[in-house]
Amino acid sequence: MSTKILLSHGGGGEETQSLIKNLFFKHFGNDILLHMEDAAVLTMKSEKIAFTTDSFTVSPLFFKGGNIGKLAIAGTVNDLSMMGARPKYLTCAFMIEEGFEYDKLEEIVVSMRDEMAKSGVKIVAGDTKVVPKGGVDGIFINTAGVGEVLKEGISAHALRQGDAIIVTNEVGNHGACILAMREELELQSDLKTDCASLWKSIEALIDADIKIHALRDATRGGVSAVLNEWAQTSNVGIHVREADIPVANEVKGMCELLGFEPYEFANEGTMLIALPQSEVAKALEVLKRFEETSKSALIGDVDDRFEGRVVLQTPWGSERFLEPPKGELLPRIC
Amino acid sequence: MPEVDLIEGFRDPVHMKALAAIIRKECTRKINIMEVCGGHTHTIMKYGLPQLLPDNIEFVHGPGCPVCIMPKERIDHAIALALMPNTILATLGDMIRVPGSKSSLQKLRADGCDIRSLYSPLDVIKIAQDNPDKNVVFFAIGFETTTPMSAVVLEQALRLGLKNIFFHINHVSVPEAVDAIMSGGDAQIDAFLGPSHVSVITGYKIYEPIAKAYRTPVVVAGFEPTDVMESVLRIVRQINHGKAEVENQYARAVSREGNLKAQALVKTYFEKRDHFRWRGIGDIAHSALKLKPAYAAMDAEVVFDDILPKVLLDDHKMCICGDILKGRAKPYDCKVFAKACIPSNPMGSCMVSSEGACAAYFKYGNLNLKGAKA
Repeated sequence: MSTKILLSHGGGGEETQSLIKNLFFKHFGNDILLHMEDAAVLTMKSEKIAFTTDSFTVSPLFFKGGNIGKLAIAGTVNDLSMMGARPKYLTCAFMIEEGFEYDKLEEIVVSMRDEMAKSGVKIVAGDTKVVPKGGVDGIFINTAGVGEVLKEGISAHALRQGDAIIVTNEVGNHGACILAMREELELQSDLKTDCASLWKSIEALIDADIKIHALRDATRGGVSAVLNEWAQTSNVGIHVREADIPVANEVKGMCELLGFEPYEFANEGTMLIALPQSEVAKALEVLKRFEETSKSALIGDVDDRFEGRVVLQTPWGSERFLEPPKGELLPRIC
Repeated sequence: MPEVDLIEGFRDPVHMKALAAIIRKECTRKINIMEVCGGHTHTIMKYGLPQLLPDNIEFVHGPGCPVCIMPKERIDHAIALALMPNTILATLGDMIRVPGSKSSLQKLRADGCDIRSLYSPLDVIKIAQDNPDKNVVFFAIGFETTTPMSAVVLEQALRLGLKNIFFHINHVSVPEAVDAIMSGGDAQIDAFLGPSHVSVITGYKIYEPIAKAYRTPVVVAGFEPTDVMESVLRIVRQINHGKAEVENQYARAVSREGNLKAQALVKTYFEKRDHFRWRGIGDIAHSALKLKPAYAAMDAEVVFDDILPKVLLDDHKMCICGDILKGRAKPYDCKVFAKACIPSNPMGSCMVSSEGACAAYFKYGNLNLKGAKA
């Protein structure tokens, strides 16, 4: 095997077959995938099936605590999980830039395998394209997934007056980590992405029969985007307390330096939960059992003061609207 | 020395509430405080400080946002330069979002022009080295804070013998702008919050003539919420005692003399312009810098003079950014605020930059705030 990916690896011939067998089958291998048919034939236990897709591009491809491969698995697993669905099967398509290093591709594939083990999901179909240099930035990955809906009715429309809002981790770590590692910034930082598959903690919430009204992972647009979307979709007001929202000190520092808000930074393993107040204690107890949700905190509630808006209360009691993120994130000037 | 938490240490709710209580107790008259710098506008709005303060303390938002005060014709300069063949235009922050007479740098970038939004001005050097066959134009903006960085870029370019870097200099200066606002006689301002980062470079001595001439206290304040609250208290106390002095609340970073090395560097490469047109305010004498004639070969305004538009452009009649920058009006006084003029489609520059007063009001405002309309 050559040490770089060549156009011929995507040509469909012998090199493609060898890449599939020596790399993808080696790490992703399962009964369905190894059948090598034109399409995977699946058996699902539930009548209701959740189905989603997402494409992943990130620069840099490798960052503290993960890489694009881990993101591509956790991202789709989490999208299914947010609908109360057990992630079952994924498809995976790679778009690889000619000249990409084989070892790096293997590193990505291995971390995808490891991430799948955490939720038990399987890749059952795949595709590989190699494009000429400059066609993509290193590698793009698309994953689509299906899951069995175990808990129905979880929806952005389902928030009600009096609901409590929980966040399951420190916010902004992924966005800040990626930003710090960008070539033009080169900030020294130990910040790690929060990238994680959240299915196990959600399964535990479902098993504990905790009533959940809405669930969403706070990816692009961060916590701010999710809360605003909920407030608008359910036509309720959401009130959150800044003092209770966990934010790593390093993230705060970076936001100060560049003029950003941690609530607008992307997360890749942090979700928001809206649920009845009576369920909060039980839910927090369950969430704290899992490493990825061990920092869960009650951050606010649903009220009717400003319908469709999110109000952020400072630690000294003054308030402001938390606006949904707009435009591209541009650093402050001075 | 005990370890200081540089973030939470300056956002302590106990201190915030205590400072608010003291200010409420000691402030006995109406005080209009101009925060000169857009960074302070943000702190005030983001942390909801007016809700903590008594009604007779009013913040007036000053001209300290480098993007806001950029007249449209100079944005058109940036656009003309970016449209030149074989050119990379580099600039800072949300300069790329501001519309000129026809387009913005952001739209030009989408059309295929090579426009870079920098994190650090020094990145210009690397861009020029990586693209030896292209002209790199650095559209330099900012107050005294960012000027030394432009000087460093120039120095590096000279040292490395880079022939493909050109500078379009828009560096402006705080004292002349404040003087222009106060000397008009119609500004209702009793005291100033002095800028944080500008003062790190210049030292707080630059405000001494202002305090003296207009009998206004100036307190140089840090950007954290307790910094601003403590500075407001210092202003209240000066006014209660009939004083008008320059005080330095931001002593952890600012000295009277400032960063002498940075000042020397600026003097080496830059000289004052006779005048500079500030968006919304108009011509202010000696309020901006340009490259010294010795560096004309790197001065984009000299080298590319023939393609730079010369027509002066004013804002839409409805836009009151000028009055807002002068402290004569609040964003809420504007008829188009948050209606025809919103961050994604700004009519005036105060709505464009995240450091602008209107953008700060739009983003954080109108909730239980004094002067707010529900």
